[in-house]
Amino acid sequence: MSLELAANMGAAPKAEIPADSPLAIRGMTVSYGQKPVVFSVDMTVTEGSMTAIIGPNGAGKSTLLKAALGIVQPLAGQALVYGKPLKASRHRIAYVPQRASVDWDFPTRVIDVVLMGLYRELGLLRRIHPHHIEKARACLERVGMTDFADRQIGQLSGGQQQRVFLARALAQEADLYLLDEPFAGVDAATEKAIIDVLKSLRSEGKTVVAVHHDLTTVRSYFDRVFLINTRKMAEGTVDEAFTPEHLNQTYGGRLATGQIDQLELAG
Amino acid sequence: MSGEEFVPLSLTPMLIGVLAAVACALPGNFLVLRKQALIGDAISHVVLPGIVVAFLITGVVAAAPMMLGAAGAALVSVVMIEAIRRLGNIEPGAAMGLTFTTLFAAGVLLLEQSDTSSVHLDVEHALYGNLESLIWLDAIGWSSLLDPVALAGLPPELGRVVVALLGVCVFLWLFWRPLVLSTFDESFAQAMGIATNRLGVALVMVAALAAVAAFDAVGSIIVIAMFICPPAAARLMTNRLERQVAWSVVFAVLSAVLGYVIAGYGPLWLGFDNAVSAAGMIATVSGIILALAACFAPHRHRSGAPAV
Repeated sequence: MSLELAANMGAAPKAEIPADSPLAIRGMTVSYGQKPVVFSVDMTVTEGSMTAIIGPNGAGKSTLLKAALGIVQPLAGQALVYGKPLKASRHRIAYVPQRASVDWDFPTRVIDVVLMGLYRELGLLRRIHPHHIEKARACLERVGMTDFADRQIGQLSGGQQQRVFLARALAQEADLYLLDEPFAGVDAATEKAIIDVLKSLRSEGKTVVAVHHDLTTVRSYFDRVFLINTRKMAEGTVDEAFTPEHLNQTYGGRLATGQIDQLELAG
Repeated sequence: MSGEEFVPLSLTPMLIGVLAAVACALPGNFLVLRKQALIGDAISHVVLPGIVVAFLITGVVAAAPMMLGAAGAALVSVVMIEAIRRLGNIEPGAAMGLTFTTLFAAGVLLLEQSDTSSVHLDVEHALYGNLESLIWLDAIGWSSLLDPVALAGLPPELGRVVVALLGVCVFLWLFWRPLVLSTFDESFAQAMGIATNRLGVALVMVAALAAVAAFDAVGSIIVIAMFICPPAAARLMTNRLERQVAWSVVFAVLSAVLGYVIAGYGPLWLGFDNAVSAAGMIATVSGIILALAACFAPHRHRSGAPAV
């Protein structure tokens, strides 16, 4: 196994893979067309942590998540989830895609979307029982959307849509939560509701990884960061890795000095 | 109209029209939601050269070679669309439009150049079928429905449409959940481990099955109309997919029955001598239903687009 891995790892042949890591990515390279979007990236997620994936637009943040989930096919590299290949561990992952990636005019209700999170349990033909609906309602309650269960999803605000997506992920009862820009374009109340849920997940021992844009909230929301701009730029606890030096490297001087000063940075 | 007249002359064409309309409308719901409605259009066009080539090779108009020919043509069209898109750097919609009109035209040329006069295969036929000729001469009245000898004389198109409709129903029943999931949120479905690409291809194949069976009986006009009009009108009636599918079946049946009756008797009521094409009228009725739904249906005003 380890030999096979090493052969695959290219740039980082000696990196050890801790078997208990919820998500360990090695040598991940993805390209759309000619140019690599993600190049030879290693990432090791710590169990029970909340990690922000940070980087400029087009830096490959979402693509890295998608490659880890098998949604896009990498050119090279692999992802191990709790030490196992994706196929054997999909049931331990919950995924929240970007809100804008779906058509919210789709003819379905809020509760039906949350029930989609139970697909693994329901399979093709198993009937939906009252206890499934109870579970879905409990997930809606956790994100404060109980009253909207029977609404058509197109009638929701952006923040409400995002909460429904989070509720669907909760219904998956996973151990590792991967979220793609969960705070993009949501109202303050929703942001608070989402971060509360994510923090409660962490306190239950779950692991959270989120693509995140707002550098001002990194320190208060997350305990670990992963900086990427096609290549991995830095990885570690907020204190270790969320430094002006790393940010400058990652954003290539696109952040004004004043902006950086405003962040409560370490180092 | 009495049973002696209705059963042999109108029952089977009407039934075939209804079943073909429903077989196309059912997968049409998903094609429309996936913004792939044009694929139904494309399939119904590329079917023609496939069927003609199958006829030229085998010399008979039979279901199996026709299906194979249509499937082969569908395959060629998929390759062509991809090739045009990549080599010509042309957007997918245009590549699709280019492919199916070219293949349909090639089918027309093939038809004209080959000796198909001995069989019922010509350009008009391809466009609006021959619904009116699918009569059941062995029937003498309602009692014939229980008479095995008369039943053996049912037009073979009926059997094909029934098989296609059953295939469509089984597919949708079996794969309803993953289809809904991957239509609504493809990346989530993939993260769940659903093979969304294969499912998408399967959906197109099932739509092709319906298109070929319907094409045989009712021509491509109905196929195109039924893939799009009933589902699009149904979407305006409700905000739930299960109900949308039910409404689309209602509209498909309504289009087929009304269209058939109006085509047969409408001109007479208006004082004209001849009936008009049933297929053309069925497609027209489905378009009128869509127009009415767009004007009066309960969910025609939606704030569906993601709030920005």
